[in-house]
Formats: sequence, C-alpha cells, structure tokens
Amino acid sequence: MQRSPKPRFVIEPGRTEQQYWRDLWQYRELFYFLSWRDILVRYKQTAIGIAWAIIRPFLTMIVFTVIFSNLANLPTQGGAPYPILVLAALLPWQFFASSLAQTSNSLVSNANLISKIYFPRLIVPTSAIVVNFVDFLVSGLLLLALMIWYQYVPSWRIITLPFFTLMAAMAAFGFGLWFASIYVRFRDVAQVIPFVIQLGQYVSPVGYSIEIIPERWRLLYSLNPMVGVIDGFRWAILDDDRALYLPGFVLALVIILLFVWTGIYYFRGVERTFADII
Amino acid sequence: MLRVENLGKCYQVSHLPHRNTVTLRDAIVDTAKSIVKRKPRVRSEAFWALDGVSFTIDQGERVGIIGRNGAGKSTLLKILSRITEPTRGRVEVWGRVASLLEVGTGFHPELSGRENIYLNGAILGMNRSEITRKFDEIVEFAEVERFLDTPVKRYSSGMYVRLAFAVAAHLEPEILIVDEVLAVGDVQFQKKCLNKMEDVGKEGRTVLFVSHNMQTIRALCDRGIVLESGSVAFNGEVQQAIEVYSEHSYQLMSEIPLLERRDRTGSGRVKVSSFRVLDTAEREVETLKSGLDYDFEFGYVNDSGKPLDNVIVSFAVLDDQGQTILLLRTNFTDSNVTLNSDAGVVRCRLNNLPLANGTYRLPIYFAYRESEVLDYIQDAVSIVVEGGDFFGTGQMGLPKKCKLLTKAEWRSL
Repeated sequence: MQRSPKPRFVIEPGRTEQQYWRDLWQYRELFYFLSWRDILVRYKQTAIGIAWAIIRPFLTMIVFTVIFSNLANLPTQGGAPYPILVLAALLPWQFFASSLAQTSNSLVSNANLISKIYFPRLIVPTSAIVVNFVDFLVSGLLLLALMIWYQYVPSWRIITLPFFTLMAAMAAFGFGLWFASIYVRFRDVAQVIPFVIQLGQYVSPVGYSIEIIPERWRLLYSLNPMVGVIDGFRWAILDDDRALYLPGFVLALVIILLFVWTGIYYFRGVERTFADII
Repeated sequence: MLRVENLGKCYQVSHLPHRNTVTLRDAIVDTAKSIVKRKPRVRSEAFWALDGVSFTIDQGERVGIIGRNGAGKSTLLKILSRITEPTRGRVEVWGRVASLLEVGTGFHPELSGRENIYLNGAILGMNRSEITRKFDEIVEFAEVERFLDTPVKRYSSGMYVRLAFAVAAHLEPEILIVDEVLAVGDVQFQKKCLNKMEDVGKEGRTVLFVSHNMQTIRALCDRGIVLESGSVAFNGEVQQAIEVYSEHSYQLMSEIPLLERRDRTGSGRVKVSSFRVLDTAEREVETLKSGLDYDFEFGYVNDSGKPLDNVIVSFAVLDDQGQTILLLRTNFTDSNVTLNSDAGVVRCRLNNLPLANGTYRLPIYFAYRESEVLDYIQDAVSIVVEGGDFFGTGQMGLPKKCKLLTKAEWRSL
C-alpha cells in the first residue's frame, strides 16, 4: 500500500475536536452494542425480569393515589381518574429520574472501558438513556391497561406525547452530562444524585396536579424543567379542556436546551482528561 | 504508517504532606492545618512521563517497545490509541488502529460467551458483519464451543482469557497495538497466540508490541525501541535493542541504591532498601557458585509505624532473556513473615544453589496479606553465578545453554 500524503488521523494536543462528530458517527455500532449490553444485563438473574418496569410505577401509583387523593383530598384535573393523573406524571418522572441517575454514573461505571479503549465518550451517557427508554416503553403498557380499565379515551393530543418524551430524555441528558463529567473528578456526586432525585420528586407535580400551585407562584415553580414536561404529559394524555401552561412549557424548553448545550460543551472540554483522572 | 514527532506527556503529580493519610482524623487535621496556614494542601509537581519522543514506523514493521516500569511505555501506547492526549508533539497515523491494552476489556460477566464476542468485538472496533463473518473462527480458536451460551462469570479463568484473546486476535486493523497481554493463559495457548501474532505480521500489518519478555520480543519483532525515563534510548534492530536494554538494566541495578529507585510500584508503606547475598559464614559475596548454600538478605524500611504481620516476601530469578527460572515466595511454604515497625531484614536460605553460570536479574516483591502490594521492583538487583562446581567433580566448564542444574544418577542397564 502506498502511503497516501494525508494521514488518516493526527494526534495532537487539542486535536480531537475536529474529528469529533465524524468519530461519533463511526462509532455508532459501539453505541448500539453498549445499549444492547445494558438492556440485556439490566434484568439478568432476576426472577421476574422486565416486569419490574411495570411493578415499580404501579405500586408507586397506588401509594400516591391513596396519600394525595384519598387522604389529602387533592383534586384531580378535569374528569380524569386520579390514578391516571398520577401515572401520566409518574412515567416521565421515573424515566427522567433513572436516566439521570444512570447517565451520571455511566462514566465511572465504565471506567475500565474509558481507561483502555478510545471512543467518543459521549456514547456512554447517551446509551444510558436508551436503556431507560426501553423501560419507559414497557411501563407505558401500564397506562394503556389503566385507560382500558377506566374506559378512558384520550384526545388527539396524545400524538404530541413523543415530543414530551424527548423533552424528558433531553432533560436527563443535559443534567446527566454535567453530573457525569464532575463525577469523574469528584466522587461527591454519588452522594448528591439520590438526594437531588428524591427532592425533585417533591418539587415536581408527580403526585398532585399543577393546579393546586397558586397562580402567582407558578412561574417560579416552573423553573424546575420537569414541571413543564409533566404538565405536557398530562395535557397530552388527559382529556380535559385545560390548556397547556405555556410560560412553564417555554421556560422548561429553554432551560433544558441550555443544559444540554452547556452540558455537551463542558463534557467535551473535560473528556480528554477522563482517562487520566478516572 | 505511523510518525511520532517530539511527543510529550506531562502529568501533575501531587505530593501530600502526609503521603498516606489513612484515618479520617488525619484528614481532618490536615485540612484544618491547611486552612489555618493558608497554604495549598496539595502541592503538585509536573512529571513528564514522555518527553521528546520521535520515531517513524513503516507499514508491515513489527516493533517491540522495551523499557522498565515507569519508562513511559504505557503512556506511549495510550497516546497512540487515543485514550489520552499528549501535552505536546504530534502523531500522524495512516490506517486503522486497533489497540489491545488489556485482554477482555468490556467483557461483561453476566453475558454469555456468544454475546461477549459481539460486545468485545464492537469495543475493539469491529462492525457487526465482520464479527459474524469471523464468529466461528473465534469460537474455534478459543476452544469454548460447548459453553457459548453460558455467562462468562461461570467460565474458568483460562477459558475467559482464551475467549478474550481470540476476539482480539481476529481483529484486522492496519496497525495493531498490543500491550503485555500474551503473558496470560496456559503455555500452549500462549504459543497459539504467538503464532497468530506472527501471522498478523506476515500479512503486512504493522504491529507495536510491548512486553517484558525479551524472548517474545525477539520472536515477534524486527525492530526494537528502548524507552528510558520518557525518552527513546535506542531505536534499531531488535537484537541490539535487547542488548542495550539489558546493559542499561544492569547499570541501573548497580548504580542506583534500591531505596532511591523510582521504577517501583506498590503502596510504598514498606520499601525494599538493600539486598545482599551471604555465604554460610555470613560474609557478603560478590559472585555466587552453583551448588553452595546462600542466604539472600532483603533489607526494608517500614513507614507505616507499626509492625506488619503476615507479609508475603517474594523474589524471582530471571535469566538474561527475561524468562523466569525460579520463583520463591514465603506463602509457598506458609512462612509469611512479620516486619518490624521501623526497619529490618528478611533472609531466605537457598541450599545447594541450582543456578548454572550466568547473570540473573531478580524482581523483588513485598505484599501485605493477599490484599496490598507494598513494594515491587521489577529488575531490582542482579546476581552473577560463576565457576561453581555443582556436581562436585572438579569440572567448572559447564555448558552455558542450561540455566538450572540438578543432581542426577546415571545407570546403564
């Protein structure tokens, strides 16, 4: 083979930038295999396997319904049965929460790969989201079953659901990238994440409707981008004449995009040093 | 195919005032002190793991990278495989690179052999169709047909290694970078791997190979690059490279006191500080004679401030090719030792020294229980065996070819 005048690639300080997106495309097979591995492994050596993806939201739904509806007497939205109101928020919340936890963990738990093999590191946190998306789809069946049980017919707005799902995924991705990059250097993140998720569940309208938040506080409340996502989910699934809370939605979209953008930027800035400090 | 120009990699090495802050109390006290004194607690110092490395490798060349621990071999390989970035310099690469820095990277214990072949293949840079095409070949090479659908966590370590290597051996990159991975598995499988590697070289692919085993380097490579504290000390024909390397090794072993050696690994709580060989009259000897009785004495300093029990002391005897001739460990004979709280010596009595004439290198290893490597120096010291009369016949001129001697009785029936 004749040596071509132009090398296939050049290694230089700071050089990776230029080939980054091309590399990302070239390594799509690895992305596919890593996601496939995590999906396969997730429920290995469990007795009921993927049924966990249904049981978790199901039990949480029952508990929330009993506490918030039966005990606290909180109102539902429109005419929707309370369990459906809860589940419409629980699905995106659990998707977000477990995606966030796993993206944040992903680099450290794949430390052996990162210190021994080259690939665009962005693959790792991204594939963590894919795995949870599968769980999300499966637990979606629960919602379907519940709707059949209550003979509840959603409106046309249900077709916007993929968009709100994407928003939840992006939210987890954006925050996850920040956490993951910081986690490589500071293991404190391991303590922070469960705390953030637990707290987040209370400040997001998971067990209750956004309606019970007083009007004047609602914009402040919507600084939590999951408020917009959950409101969107409820709007898409529940058949009532309540309009989407637009300021909250726009705010969520802006915050999510901001975090994704800065997250990728920061991640790429520090990713070159991952192998040295992980 | 590969051009490296003035490559350098700098690490920030931090020095804590207390090197081993073991307890939480110490950590708190240290932090408090540093706040009061307003001095940064961590002083860091630049350490150039690679400095000004340049070489060119042409297509189809098989190059061995030789160097002691800490010479920068791993850093070089990591830069070439793009795992870490250089601090300065430039590398130009023509062709697809696959690197094998560890056997079985990314193997998942819960997945079956079949699944792991695909996963590991993808991690090493193969695409799906390529893996499918070579699947049978890989399985046959690894000799694991019967266990394809068993999770690899139930594999024996031998099977695991065989499967992992088989995947890697079927990579078809233009440039293959291999770290010391052949030193695994049983001897027969190692041979198989070596053959496979030789084939790879013959197919016109470029191979970069790191090993401590000079014999493997000689068998596989036509060129050798000797790295020494981050720079290229020699670059040329493989036989010469090996000679340069061993010469430098002996020089290092004789010139730098053990305690000041930097090419060591381990926690450093205990360090080997001296080595002597004593004869039966407790006199220090320079050259040893086959067949006599000797005490090998290892001095140590203990920085942990308390006596350590159940310490494993081990040393090996390597010939000039880097082959291990003898391995002696305290836990072979259930005779692990207790170390004094400050310093002391450990002696190992070797009766009827079975080594033939020659020069030997000794790696020295201290470990605390099975869990913590205290100190390990690869080519710690050397010994010279000369002029021994092992068989008591008065004949000194024993053949140079063999390394081990043993008493035997001959009969004609």
